[in-house]
Amino acid sequence: MRELKKLLGYLGPYRKDLLIGSLLVLVETCFELVIPVLMADLIDVGVARRDVVYILYKGAQMGICALLALATGLMYARFAARASYGWGAQVRRAQFAQVQRYSFANLDHFETSSLVTRMTTDVTVLQNAINGGLRPLMRSPIMLVMGIGLSFWMSPRLALIFLVCAPILGVILFFIVRRVAPMYGKLQAAVDRLNHVVQEDLAAIRAVKAFVPEDYEQAQFDQVNSRLADTSRETFHYAVLNLPSLQVVMYTSVVLILWFGGNMIAQDQLQVGDLTGFLSYVFQGMNSLMMLSNVFLLLTRSLASAHRIAQVLEEEPQINSPEHAVYQVADGSVEFQNVSFKYHKDAQQSALSQVNWKIEAGQTVGILGGTGSAKSTLVQLIPRLYDASEGAVLVGGKNVRQYDLHALRDAVSIVLQNNLLFSGTVRENLRWGDASASDGELWQALEAACADEFVHKMPNGLDTDLGQGGGNLSGGQKQRLCIARALLKHPKVLIFDDSTSAVDTATEQKIRRNLASYRNITKIMIAQRISSVMDTDQIAVLEDGRIHAVGTHRQLLAEDAIYQEIYASQMKGWVLHGTAA
Amino acid sequence: MARPLSGKKPKRLGYTLRTFLSYLGRHKFLLLAVAVLVFVSAGANLLGTYMIRPVVNGLVSGNAETLPGKVALTAGIYIVGVLCSFGYTQTMVQAAQKVLVDIRRDLFCYLQTLPLRFFDNHRQGDVMSYFTNDVDTIADALNNSFAMAIQSFIQMTGTLVLLFVLNWRLSLVVVVCYGVMFWYIRYSGRRSKMYYQKQQASLGSLDGLIQEMVNGQKVVQVFNHEQASLAAFDEKNEALRKAGTGAQSYASTMIPAVVSISYINYAIVSVLGGIMALTGMTDPGSLASYLVFVRQAAAPINQFTQQSNFLLAALAGAERVFEVMDQPPEPDEGTVCLVRVPAGQSRGTDNPQWVWQKPNGEQIPLHGEVRLDGVQFSYDLKTPVLQGISLYAHKGQKIAFVGSTGTGKTTITNLINRFYDVQDGQILYDGLDVRQIRKSDLRRSLGMVLQDTHLFTGTIADNIRFGRLNATDEQVRRAACIANADSFIRRLPKGYQTMVSTDGANLSQGQRQLLAIARAAVADPPVLILDEATSSIDTRTEALIEKGMDQLMEGHTVFVIAHRLSTVRNADAIMVLEHGKIVERGNHQQLLEQKGLYCQLYQGMFELS
Repeated sequence: MRELKKLLGYLGPYRKDLLIGSLLVLVETCFELVIPVLMADLIDVGVARRDVVYILYKGAQMGICALLALATGLMYARFAARASYGWGAQVRRAQFAQVQRYSFANLDHFETSSLVTRMTTDVTVLQNAINGGLRPLMRSPIMLVMGIGLSFWMSPRLALIFLVCAPILGVILFFIVRRVAPMYGKLQAAVDRLNHVVQEDLAAIRAVKAFVPEDYEQAQFDQVNSRLADTSRETFHYAVLNLPSLQVVMYTSVVLILWFGGNMIAQDQLQVGDLTGFLSYVFQGMNSLMMLSNVFLLLTRSLASAHRIAQVLEEEPQINSPEHAVYQVADGSVEFQNVSFKYHKDAQQSALSQVNWKIEAGQTVGILGGTGSAKSTLVQLIPRLYDASEGAVLVGGKNVRQYDLHALRDAVSIVLQNNLLFSGTVRENLRWGDASASDGELWQALEAACADEFVHKMPNGLDTDLGQGGGNLSGGQKQRLCIARALLKHPKVLIFDDSTSAVDTATEQKIRRNLASYRNITKIMIAQRISSVMDTDQIAVLEDGRIHAVGTHRQLLAEDAIYQEIYASQMKGWVLHGTAA
Repeated sequence: MARPLSGKKPKRLGYTLRTFLSYLGRHKFLLLAVAVLVFVSAGANLLGTYMIRPVVNGLVSGNAETLPGKVALTAGIYIVGVLCSFGYTQTMVQAAQKVLVDIRRDLFCYLQTLPLRFFDNHRQGDVMSYFTNDVDTIADALNNSFAMAIQSFIQMTGTLVLLFVLNWRLSLVVVVCYGVMFWYIRYSGRRSKMYYQKQQASLGSLDGLIQEMVNGQKVVQVFNHEQASLAAFDEKNEALRKAGTGAQSYASTMIPAVVSISYINYAIVSVLGGIMALTGMTDPGSLASYLVFVRQAAAPINQFTQQSNFLLAALAGAERVFEVMDQPPEPDEGTVCLVRVPAGQSRGTDNPQWVWQKPNGEQIPLHGEVRLDGVQFSYDLKTPVLQGISLYAHKGQKIAFVGSTGTGKTTITNLINRFYDVQDGQILYDGLDVRQIRKSDLRRSLGMVLQDTHLFTGTIADNIRFGRLNATDEQVRRAACIANADSFIRRLPKGYQTMVSTDGANLSQGQRQLLAIARAAVADPPVLILDEATSSIDTRTEALIEKGMDQLMEGHTVFVIAHRLSTVRNADAIMVLEHGKIVERGNHQQLLEQKGLYCQLYQGMFELS
């Protein structure tokens, strides 16, 4: 409930629409309540007095009330729709903005597919609660009170039946709602699991098609699919009990009223007309209760969704700009002081342990190390994609935690290992680096990344649509576009995380030569090949999350066993650039 | 983006309804039971209410002694009604879930058969949206609205019949008003359906955006791109809000409109009835009870309208879902299948052998010979990617493709396994055109290790077994050994039973590649395609798995794509590709002696375009 209240706070400008919408329902209900009263007059007075003018007069009044109800009803529809969808849009936006601030420790708490459902399906549930619930929520209490009040006014004794039955129904409905409420949370979790399997399958569609394990995928899917169905069954088979329960109570009271009422009429304690009137109020009252219970079911369902949304909104981003942040990054020097890092607080092994390393501004350095030696982890600490668990990472002589995040990340650019491009044109993707870059600057960056030629050959050049994830570009082409994108940021520190692995050696060499002309940028290159880093100012060899050795190519080749081993394994393969020429 | 919905709406609607009904038809007995129970329950409800009249009339005429019987009868009718209500709501829950399981399964199944082009053109999130949002609207309708709609419809007609019995003249007015109501429901239904379709489409594209941005969170953060992606989000979010508001604005008017029209109806009938009472055509008592019924008629109409709202939304969702199922699947006209013949029948081995079996029963042993003949291909039918590729790979040969990025190396392998089809020329596998071979069998006979390795939620063993589902634990372990993955797997907390989360986030790219190699090793097909399979593995580790790789490739026809020339040096034939053409071919030694492109490439001196 608290969560729902909190989410209602996101109504913003649509609060007005919600209020007006609710008011309009009340007005509409009032007009409708007047109509039966006018009708009674029409028959009791008009027909009894045989007064045609009076009948027509009352008829016209009824017509006007109905038209007014129609007008308010139509207006209600407009305002309620604006309110519910406006609210939904605001809640979605708040979630998206929040997720953008997440660090990776935060993202570990949610799967992508779950975040997507929380922003779409769960919000739809909230919207539906307003779309379907607002009107009955406003009307039913009035109808209920009117029903009870009028029945008392007609016959207090018969109303006792009502007074006993209505609370019984209330209690039954309460138990149903209480039973079902936690189920909706489970239901949504089952939906998440199903989506997760679908998402995995879609992401790996090529592997799925290549291995023809469709039976396996099908089995995986069938499992989550039937689990979702089971949970739904369990949930709904309680939820749908509210109709028969209502009928049991309502029909019981009707029968009781007929019996007692009938006896009272027989003893001349009640008028026949009163009995029929009384019954219609009972129907009205019970129907209102039913409506209310439906609203409560809608509400419980939306509570489960509200809870899931609140989880997203309340997840505290773990990496934030500090107060009194520094906005200027002095230079591109980077220093690791006794840095250790664990992915999870309670992880047994540290991914990085006691790393000490200083890189001067403007230097070009290389990082080598085996698969899983935490090279990527190390460099991701520099733009604060993660925070060091112990020790300090310094950029421009200051701890990275002292900088404004935006300023830090502007100064530190990183070309990641899995090179992601986004839907849109080549130009749109490159402009991630610099939103105001001219075509000239774009081409310059493409040239430096050796991507100019293939972009030229694309059907629409810079305006070619890449499709999701770069569609039919090869790995090497994607990597080069990513390099160009990073260059456009004009950073002080530029990190390449094995980002030329899919580029052929010759092109890689050319890119490296082009990069050398960016003299003021500190360049950190993670590489597999010694040839990629042998000309750098210093090379760090990583082994199991520790710095095993630091030095120049010559020093390491002379002194470091691991380096020698890597060198030997690669010498077999190809002639190293520089030594063969 | 999803394919824009076709303009031929009525036809589509018919198709959607037909398909939907065919799903319902699969559980016709359950649904028939629902229909019967709904009918009885609605009837009991009506009859029970109608019983009030004789009870009251009996009291008016002073027959108090008939009261107990009549009340008991009413109670009996009501009990039947309640039992039926209970029965149909519970049965409907079962039936609805059955239908939904079918729809979801078929949709998932069907997606697997779609050609890769479909996935190239649709964002992942957009496709996800079929499951999350579209099937959901169908679920909502089936769970809540379907039976209710039927029930209210029955009550509505029942009430109308009763009204005619009570006073046919006044009922003519009622019929006119009903007509107006239905006209309005249809009108606003059509209007809102248009918006509902837009809403579902914008929801899909918003899904796609969220998914993409969350997946690319690191890049977004590195580039300080949060504001810009929020702006892109806002745009789609606003489109969704507008479409939703539009749909709901029309849909929400239905109930108030129907209620108001029923009150206008009530007013007209009251006035006319009053005048009829004056002229003696009816008496005030009958008029009063008639009017009670007229008022009660409003409730089922109200219900029906409310439910039809959900049904309309579901229809928009179903239309999108069925539209996907209506897409042409990957063509698979092949008739040649892979079958196993018992040991001894073929020479030289005691193991059962795989053979290609033609429809006429002729059998061709599975060797793994691949021949490409003048193959031409283009992704967009405009820019040629491959131009006249011809090559012949003998059984057990290792063929390497070398060339700068974007020269079509991967495309060649995508054509061999028919991810795409050649536009000219042909590809022969053991002398059979690949298009003659059943696709699943063709792919089973090819092992792929792809550039990007995707892992699935499950244990490490499950992920390796993905290559061959019936592999034993021992076979899985042996495959891991070949790929040199065994040692790191055993160091994991639970070894082979360690759970891997989404896309192996807790494994490095290199470790994931090792698993992919193990996957191919366990499948052990005659032809292997290694597409940059070792690009993320450091050279030390690569040197370690080299032996395993050699073992893996032993006796297989292998296509290798690598830019690390160390990986391709010992190939039987190396194809140097440029601009979609083979410009040089030969083995390492021959090519070096040619002093051509390969030689320059090898020496790292040549700058490839």
